[in-house]
Amino acid sequence: MFYREAGDFSTTYREDSQTFPIKFDRYRYYAVLLFAFAIVPFLLNDYWVNAIFLPFLIYSIAAIGLNILTGYCGQVSLGTGGFMAVGAYASYKLMTAFPEVSMIIHIILAGGITAFVGVIFGLPSLRIKGFYLAVATLAAQFFLVWLFNRVPWFYNYSASGQINAPERTLFGIPVTGANTEPWAVYLFCLVFVAFSAVIARNLTRGAMGRRWMAIRDMDIAAEIIGVNPLTAKLSAFAISSFFVGVSGALFFSVYLGAVEVGEVFGINKSFLVLFMIIIGGLGSIFGSFAGAAFLVLLPVLLKNVLVNGLGWPTDLAAHLEFMIVCSLIVIFLILEPHGIAQLWRVAKEKLRLWPFPH
Amino acid sequence: MKKKLLSAVIAGFMAATPVMAEPTFAALSYRTGAYANNGIPFADGYIDYLTLLNERDGGINGEKINLIECETGYNTEKGVECYEATKGEGVLAYAPLSTGITYQLIPKATADGIAVHSMGYGRTSAKNGQIFRNIFNFPANYWDGASVGIKHLLDINGGDISGKKIALVYHNSAYGKEPIRTLEELSKKHGYELSLLPVDHPGQEQKSQWLQIRREKPDYVLMWGWGVMNQVAIQEAANIRYPMENFIGVWWSGSENDVLPAGDKANGYKALAFHNVGSDFPIFDDIKKYVVDTGKAAGAGDQIGTVLYNRGMYNALLLTEAAKTAQALTGKSAISQGDMIKGMEALEITEDKMAALGLPGFGPSFKVSCENHGGDGMVGVAQWDAGAGKWSLISGYASSDMSVLQPLIDADSGSFASENNLTPNCN
Repeated sequence: MFYREAGDFSTTYREDSQTFPIKFDRYRYYAVLLFAFAIVPFLLNDYWVNAIFLPFLIYSIAAIGLNILTGYCGQVSLGTGGFMAVGAYASYKLMTAFPEVSMIIHIILAGGITAFVGVIFGLPSLRIKGFYLAVATLAAQFFLVWLFNRVPWFYNYSASGQINAPERTLFGIPVTGANTEPWAVYLFCLVFVAFSAVIARNLTRGAMGRRWMAIRDMDIAAEIIGVNPLTAKLSAFAISSFFVGVSGALFFSVYLGAVEVGEVFGINKSFLVLFMIIIGGLGSIFGSFAGAAFLVLLPVLLKNVLVNGLGWPTDLAAHLEFMIVCSLIVIFLILEPHGIAQLWRVAKEKLRLWPFPH
Repeated sequence: MKKKLLSAVIAGFMAATPVMAEPTFAALSYRTGAYANNGIPFADGYIDYLTLLNERDGGINGEKINLIECETGYNTEKGVECYEATKGEGVLAYAPLSTGITYQLIPKATADGIAVHSMGYGRTSAKNGQIFRNIFNFPANYWDGASVGIKHLLDINGGDISGKKIALVYHNSAYGKEPIRTLEELSKKHGYELSLLPVDHPGQEQKSQWLQIRREKPDYVLMWGWGVMNQVAIQEAANIRYPMENFIGVWWSGSENDVLPAGDKANGYKALAFHNVGSDFPIFDDIKKYVVDTGKAAGAGDQIGTVLYNRGMYNALLLTEAAKTAQALTGKSAISQGDMIKGMEALEITEDKMAALGLPGFGPSFKVSCENHGGDGMVGVAQWDAGAGKWSLISGYASSDMSVLQPLIDADSGSFASENNLTPNCN
């Protein structure tokens, strides 16, 4: 009944190769966009924004970035936390050095700087793969965190080594600092998320994405058919790091406002984003969103149900939260190794035939 | 089914209770995670004191206290979530017991007009209340600690430590880096040599740092550690036979948890303290009678009288005394978040007041004002007696060297003010 092609004729190649070729799917996508841009901002308060929407949106960008590298190009990376830190510190240095420049430009530049750093740490991928590459990127993680902790220039010689986001406005409305309105920061991040998703989706289904996937599926075969592994791998590192850097910049400047690199961008963050794309679905843009939603929302939901709803002690709830989330991950991966994105695909197939599956 | 699930989900997110008029306190505690060992006694002390007031006195001047506990796990993101989840319920003051979370809350709470009390942690320059209007760090801060630590060394060396070597072993985070600038300034004044040894979170691995100490043989070692880092450092110091009486920790490195694992070898280890230790105070009889015996003790109830339990209790005491001050100032018993800031700013702790509360001689006397949110910085030194298994204060409360600290505080708070376009004022 849903997601049916019946009566949906495409008369041009353009129509045939669009992202959502099925009319129902396309309208659903527009409806989601409309809801997110036009309705959600009116329903928000501080709690919803700071506890749910901002982390979800920002982790989504990070997951999209890592998904390009790991899901599409097959290069395992454990350096996401370090690259997010690059984005955060780049945006901090830019914000404090050029206060009059728009925040949007700072965040894009922070992404650009991260892309450059990502390419440098991606160089070993030309020689090593798989677990060995994971270890090399792990070194990037530790090196970058150490660097930002060690060199006072990065935190403007502040006494505590913390970086704090000063207030910056966009069209006269504060988007960083303390006096932000929930809707403003939400829309600010949402614009970045929407653009990231559209760009990533179009990159991955174009020539570049096909090169990445060729490298992922079999690099020697890809090389024989004319894919240059140097440009394919390094472009994956650059573009992936760009998105990760943007997410790190937003994470620091818009969401947290004050960051201590070892605590916020530690190895845990790398694993968290990696889990997001594994649970959401490798090689899927929707999967990046689903994975981020799963790992951001579920703990908050469990906490609210167990502590506020049932009135259990907070420590018991916190321990249970770990156990429930972790066991759900394991169950999930056993039942559906391709992640939430695959579940969604199956659901769509089922819905197409529903209610007459035979 | 789907609809039911959806409505359950939404109900789960929306499960915020309506704003209540009663005085509300939040315990942003951490009973889980890498630092739970230290978070649990502090939270127990904090909560038990509030329970005691409710059970014995019916709250603060008849206003029953509403306590919300929220688990942060020492994680800044969860801390933000806790803050946002609880602030709508009229929480009078936050005490997050984490320097990282305090830095998060400073801008947020300033915008929302809610008091934050970072007692002996957080941003030191919050002492300048003209810029940090609603952030308090009385009765003492890290720079006071560093200064009094050096003062103690001066005392035991007859006033001269020039040419001595002092090493600082610190948690490589905002917290651990706080005393460095003060110690550097003090080294210019007193002529000692300072070496810095950072330890990364969580601090289980300190072999190389202590190897360096063994090689360089500093005369004294200061430590800014937290959690498992303390235990490991004391154990490592014992392993290289470093004389314990020359090893001084800040107050966060001076609990039973830190010294017990090293056993007898930890004997003589010193730590700074801004309140007294032990359970030899009349208030503990009341806690036993009204809280423990009625089965209302927080947590497992096995922490009573430990250093960190006392500190949590002291924190709750200072906050409730500030609420009482606010009640007296405004003349009404139901105070608002704004009244609480005024109450904290007018807080005065005297010897008589502490005695009346059942804690004679427990903490220093001090007075908060708008210009000075940090109290008088009175810090003492405690020493661990492994044989008796207890801490005891070996010196009176000494004040810090404000001639060195005040310029540093002015500089750091001034840079915060210029970053955020604040003008110092007391109105």
